[in-house]
Amino acid sequence: MGTTARITTVRRRESSLRQAVRATPWLLPAGLLIFGVVLFPAGYLVYDSTRDIGLAGVDQGSAGWANYRQLLTGYGLTHVLINSAIWVVAVVTLSIVISLAIAQLLNNQFPGRRLVRMAVLVPWAASTVMTTLTFVYGLDPYYGVINRLLVQMHILSAPFGFTKQPVPAFITAIVVGIFVSLPFTTYTILAGLANVPKEILEAAQVDGAGSMRRYFHIVLPFLRNAIALATLINIINVFNSLPILQLLTGSIPGYSADTTTTLVFKILQGEHNIGVASALSVINFAIVLVIIAIYLRTVRPTKRIED
Amino acid sequence: MTTSNTLIVGPAQAGAAVQEDTGISRAGRRGKKSGGKLALKAFAGLVVAAVFLFPYLIMLLGSMKGRYDVLAVPPTFFPKVWHPDNYIKMWSASQTPLLDNLTSTLIIGVGATMLMLVACIPAAYYTARFRFPGRGVFLFLVVVTQMLQPTLLATGLFQEFGAIGLSDTLLAMILINAAFNLTFAIWILHSFFASIPREINEAAQIDGAGNITTLIRVNLPLVWPGIVTAVIYTFVASVSEFSASLVILTTDTNQTLPVALSKFVGQFDAAWQYLFGVSIVAIIPSVLLFMAIEKYLAGGLTAGSVK
Repeated sequence: MGTTARITTVRRRESSLRQAVRATPWLLPAGLLIFGVVLFPAGYLVYDSTRDIGLAGVDQGSAGWANYRQLLTGYGLTHVLINSAIWVVAVVTLSIVISLAIAQLLNNQFPGRRLVRMAVLVPWAASTVMTTLTFVYGLDPYYGVINRLLVQMHILSAPFGFTKQPVPAFITAIVVGIFVSLPFTTYTILAGLANVPKEILEAAQVDGAGSMRRYFHIVLPFLRNAIALATLINIINVFNSLPILQLLTGSIPGYSADTTTTLVFKILQGEHNIGVASALSVINFAIVLVIIAIYLRTVRPTKRIED
Repeated sequence: MTTSNTLIVGPAQAGAAVQEDTGISRAGRRGKKSGGKLALKAFAGLVVAAVFLFPYLIMLLGSMKGRYDVLAVPPTFFPKVWHPDNYIKMWSASQTPLLDNLTSTLIIGVGATMLMLVACIPAAYYTARFRFPGRGVFLFLVVVTQMLQPTLLATGLFQEFGAIGLSDTLLAMILINAAFNLTFAIWILHSFFASIPREINEAAQIDGAGNITTLIRVNLPLVWPGIVTAVIYTFVASVSEFSASLVILTTDTNQTLPVALSKFVGQFDAAWQYLFGVSIVAIIPSVLLFMAIEKYLAGGLTAGSVK
């Protein structure tokens, strides 16, 4: 009896090894890409952050913690981190709230609904650089047509230099950030709305529940997963967003309108300081890892597939 | 027990199929009374569509303005003289070699898409059909890839591709775009492959077909909407990628359109009319392609966990 059991175990172990071997060629191309283009550069960042790399990119030996020390002292990092937090919280919160409203509207049948859905899709398909440049142009105090329209509608008394000062430029970037985020969040919430059981909504209506009550007590709880998902993926996208802030606040000297992401590119491209750029990237990486951990805990994206 | 119906359910399992008929029955039942409400919804929809399309209207009108007209103070909303010839002249603009930029963008988009297919079709097929040791780890890495974006890893990518002699090459950007769009493609294809009834594959294998033949002859014809979705998404995302292209591609002829256009800002003669013309040429096909895969967009990014 004992021997039979052992033989079975051995055979199963053998076959599970063989299973893994047989799977390898099927997963190899994707695995190589993930390793070579995602994991390896991540490791490279960590390594470079401790190296003394010259302006020409030559590694001049270990730097210890010098890159991190320079990062903490030379760039007003506290202010930049606060900017990142404001940027992410403002863009993501407002995108989700506005998306809930737009998705609710699009979940109804009305003439022209298809056109509206397609219009909402446009900023998603368009390159963010191109969309942002339209705002850069339109908000120019001299030749900007949006500025002109705001004056003609008596919202402004004179054209305003939206992108000339740190605070207005940052707020403008937040508005553009929301605009660009809305398609994804709206579509995710819209997909979630399709799963709200109509029978329950109708039963509640028969019981006399008003539309507000129905929304907050039935629809929103059913949307929990969709909202969590839209929020977390949007947090990652917004935290990593470069072009909007770079194009709208790039002409402002100093780091007062920078987030940790735009600052990496200033240090990398403007100052050619690869060591410090790597150190800041490592900090960004750590922040993203925390967000991923929250994502994996609350949304469990592989659950359906692993079952 | 599984019938061929399951095949049609495929897209719905991607979690993104948005019900088309929500609300019809209610609107119909209330009859004439709901007419006012319907008009209100249509009006709200019109406002939403106008807001989403407004920047692109500025873009379109700007692309038709003359050289001085586009910088006129105060600006006019419509061109004083219409210049459709901008769409021909822009290709020889002095600011940047736009024709080369377009070519580079297209080579990167097509290359990344083809590489994505080679990597994702086998991986998605195998993980959807078989359970094997290491499957969970692989799918976990796929999720992590979505969260780690090129922007976050830009410094590491810059260093890595520099070290292996691929800095300033289109091949580097093909690899990067293929890798970072793997997640969307694998989720979408996985859900399509998983919806193919086991019996169909078993029948093919009883007839003596190997895994590769089963994949190509039996599965691929059934999952083509998934493939089209993955192809379009990867292509559109690759041609709009900004951050990694900005640090990797340094020669002006190698630069993609988003990078080249971002450098127009701040130039003495910014030639906004050409910038907008190129943007329109780039955005229209992207929007049309996205419209074709509208139903599946949310599902691929959210791994079907909206439900």
